Amino acid sequence: MRRLSSWRAREARAGLLLVAPGLLLLALFLALPVVAALLLSLTDFDLYAIGDPSAARAVGLGNYARLLHDPVFWKALGNTFFFVVFGGPLTVSLSLGAALLLNHRLVRFPGLFRTIYFAPVVTTLVAVAAVWRYLYHPRFGLLNAALGFFGIGPVDWLGDPHWAMPAIVLMAAWKNFGANMIIFVAGLKAIPESLYEAARIDGAGPIQRFRKITVPLLAPTFLFVGLTTTIGYFQLFAEPYVLSGGEGGPMNATLSVALFMYKQGFRWWSIGSAASIAFVLFAVILAATLLQRRLQKGGEA
Amino acid sequence: MRRFAAGLLLAAATACARGGERGEAVRLWAFGREGEVVRELVPELEKRHPGLRVEVQQIPWTAAHEKLLTAYVGRELPDVAQMGNTWIPEMTALDAIEPLDARVAASAAVQPGDYFPGIWETNVLDGTLYGVPWYVDTRLVFYRTDLLAAAGVRDFPKSWSAWRAAMEAVARRGGPGRFGLLLPTNEWAQPVALAVAAGAELLSDGARHGAFRAPEFRRAAEFFVGLYRDGLAPPLANTQVANLYQQMAAGDFAMYVTGPWNLGEFRRRLPASLQGSWTTAPLPAPDGMPWPGVSLAGGSSLVVFRSSSRKDDAWKVVEFLSEPATQKRFWQLCGDLPARRSAWDEPALATDARTAPFRLQLEHVRATPKVPEWEQIAAKVWERLEPVARGTRDLDAVLTALDADVDAILAKRRWLLERKAAEGKP
Repeated sequence: MRRLSSWRAREARAGLLLVAPGLLLLALFLALPVVAALLLSLTDFDLYAIGDPSAARAVGLGNYARLLHDPVFWKALGNTFFFVVFGGPLTVSLSLGAALLLNHRLVRFPGLFRTIYFAPVVTTLVAVAAVWRYLYHPRFGLLNAALGFFGIGPVDWLGDPHWAMPAIVLMAAWKNFGANMIIFVAGLKAIPESLYEAARIDGAGPIQRFRKITVPLLAPTFLFVGLTTTIGYFQLFAEPYVLSGGEGGPMNATLSVALFMYKQGFRWWSIGSAASIAFVLFAVILAATLLQRRLQKGGEA
Repeated sequence: MRRFAAGLLLAAATACARGGERGEAVRLWAFGREGEVVRELVPELEKRHPGLRVEVQQIPWTAAHEKLLTAYVGRELPDVAQMGNTWIPEMTALDAIEPLDARVAASAAVQPGDYFPGIWETNVLDGTLYGVPWYVDTRLVFYRTDLLAAAGVRDFPKSWSAWRAAMEAVARRGGPGRFGLLLPTNEWAQPVALAVAAGAELLSDGARHGAFRAPEFRRAAEFFVGLYRDGLAPPLANTQVANLYQQMAAGDFAMYVTGPWNLGEFRRRLPASLQGSWTTAPLPAPDGMPWPGVSLAGGSSLVVFRSSSRKDDAWKVVEFLSEPATQKRFWQLCGDLPARRSAWDEPALATDARTAPFRLQLEHVRATPKVPEWEQIAAKVWERLEPVARGTRDLDAVLTALDADVDAILAKRRWLLERKAAEGKP
């Protein structure tokens, strides 16, 4: 017994030793900056404090309190939720749809289409935005020309505060669905063809095969894609940044929490306040992730 | 305001070898196109001062502001740099730039009297000089002469009321979708320029509080908002204008309040058939005030950093770039307007009907408030005015809110000033 336990202790020590470099790196490059940022969020560290640290004052939870009273923050949070709630499902269903199409036996040149659908993912966002700005142009834009064909009046996509966020959702979904599509294709490929054959022999139609075989076997992939998309979309930044020239306009309609944080921190150098936004965003993402996991786990069971 | 022209040409800015080498180079940071062009001037400077080596590091405009502050924090600032003149208060708050009064007083090359007073003034904080103007920038009206003439406007208006009447005439003749003036809703320079012309102080009480409810600002805001309300200017953000020059050429807008960089752009981008049909004019003045209306003092200065160990050499760079001959050359190379009046005797500048209005306007410019918070305040100005321009909010409520915003932004400044005052009389 004793020998066994001492062996165990030795093994534990060896294990600790083995993970120590990793832990050290994590502590140095993750934990330390996080703690520093947390402390920073409790001060009014700003441009003046960069020059003279004595100009920084401890403000306790002041930054957080001010944030809760800032209508612009709520606007940014609302915009971000809008993006996640509409953009997330849209992107995931586009990806799934594209993956199912590509995986179909009748599709010719799947490699070619996979490359085409994946191309937006690896295209520079700045270039993409320049093109989409033309597509969205109220008078010369292709999108309005298409809508006009059906007799729908011109929409000022990027100028109308009501349409600016949907416009960003649309562009982001187009830009990002390819990445998830690849993951879904891999997930679909992992489903053994024999299952479908057996189902077909048993007389299951295509809808039944999809519901009884594809959906349950794809569930883990679905969970992964759903989570990563949600987390990524909560951090929405680059799309509104490039489409609105870094401002989040019109009338803050495309201001996301991350863009708001960036403006506070690197435009106005209100670093303390920016740090508090980062922690609020972290809390929101954590809550949303836990909720989503619970919902999807519940759905599985 | 932002020139992306050279923005994508990333300079390998920070990583460059610093010192160490034989004959230490003076490091000069310049932004965007200026950074490209100033390189061509360096050989002459080095020829004149044997032993002086200048290393130009070009930084894209979009990254410049952030780069300066991060370089300050990382103690990696160069010896001498171009500095947008609205950034000088920030850099002074950090105590990063060297006062230049003594050097200017002893200099034969830099003659304060030869500069536009309003521009020079942007470099003076609490009576101390921190920068020497390099090139200048202000806002005035670019317009299509053919469209105005067709609408019966022969001479460019000199008062706000005549200006409005001209826009009305253009809009009436052009029909729906055609506007007298393009006035992007997400730029602060235009409403602030109008306010400055109306005599608004913008901030009050030693820049401790906002003064946006003052009658002068209100008058300008009323005029500004009225242009959208009455359909004379489209309520568009500049991001909604996909191609400004195409739309100018199509006649969507007859006038546009903008800066000197568009002299070159209009020349390059408007079709050849329209090259005889556009020009510039100084800003009209509010009724009852002398013409031309006051505009904003913009542009870039040259500053020497306190951290530099080669300040004398750095100053030689400033002096060289300030000489009228170099200023002329610089204008020829990139079209930036010279800061020195004597450089304006260059025939091509003096006789060009499109630059002459700039020469006149530059005599009538004023600095925006010289506090580090100004850009943040300026962003609030358009953010607050935008809903009014789009017709969803009432002006008076917005001006009250704007003053509250600005007071909150200036809270730290008030605290620092109080602390300083308390330290002063212990």
